[in-house]
Amino acid sequence: MTAKVVTIASGKGGVGKTTSVANIAVALASRGQKVTCIDGDIGLRNLDVILGLENRIVYDLVDVIEGRCRLRQAMIRDKRLPELYLIPAAQTRDKTAVSPSDMVRLCDELRQEVDWIIIDSPAGIERGFKNAIAAADRVIVMTNPEVSAVRDADRVIGLLDAEEKGPAALVINRLDPAMVKRGDMLSVEDVLDLLAVELIGIIPEDENVIVASNRGQPLALDGKSKAGKAFQNIARRLMGEQIPFMELESQNLFQRLLGRK
Amino acid sequence: MMAFLFGRKKSANSAKERLQLVLIHDRTDLTPAELDSLKDDLIETISRHIDIDPTAVTINVARDGRSQRLVADIPLRSVGRRRVR
Repeated sequence: MTAKVVTIASGKGGVGKTTSVANIAVALASRGQKVTCIDGDIGLRNLDVILGLENRIVYDLVDVIEGRCRLRQAMIRDKRLPELYLIPAAQTRDKTAVSPSDMVRLCDELRQEVDWIIIDSPAGIERGFKNAIAAADRVIVMTNPEVSAVRDADRVIGLLDAEEKGPAALVINRLDPAMVKRGDMLSVEDVLDLLAVELIGIIPEDENVIVASNRGQPLALDGKSKAGKAFQNIARRLMGEQIPFMELESQNLFQRLLGRK
Repeated sequence: MMAFLFGRKKSANSAKERLQLVLIHDRTDLTPAELDSLKDDLIETISRHIDIDPTAVTINVARDGRSQRLVADIPLRSVGRRRVR
């Protein structure tokens, strides 16, 4: 087995990186893939609560790197799926506890054991981000259809090109088709025109995301909600399937009907 | 009411136009002031070789996918017209 390492980054905080890591990992695992996700946000760990695994943490990423435990001991198995694991971030340390070469070494060891390693990058473009992308084969950049998130995504995409980690794949999260329709939200086309990168997913605004995080049960576990389905589609695209963008098509139709300039 | 409905620009269009400008400057690290100063230098240099109309010179950064290009439009004064003056 040789895992693919996928890092999810955004620049701006709060756009939905952690939710997406949890759901993409769950979606891949529900398709029979062996997946480990790593929380790269040392000092501000959250992937554990989104996955509902917060009560099962014994060792964390920094414990592995500093040799206090073996890799296997820090991998918390999610019992809802056959092969999903979490390596949590340390909560009482900071980003300097890990270096990019530590991440490369850890992922090289893990690559032999799983199909996918999904890394949750912290917000920002400093050390934590550099650690998170060091081992990545592919980087997914998350954004919202909103000026500050798009601007920060552009900066991250530029940095990824400079670090030879490009081309990035884009996920547009929290898209509200009704707001797009009345001209009060950037459309998928607008964002793609501005950022000029490949699109890998569109997640519609969905209240179920909050409900799922309240319960610690990622949406993609059942895949009935709109957002859950969108995450399943991203997982399938990562696995090489050609899945059409449902939302994107309906928006193009809106825009055509409205005669958008 | 009609004027209000038709006169107000959609906020998504404002967002896109503002982002287009912001991204050019973020990507090139070139401020509007620096671009003006570059334009002045360019006019000075070119004027030493050919007769141009400094007021008609435009210089812009155009987007081409993820890369930007500097586009200068420098109209030349024709020799004939110059003689008439």
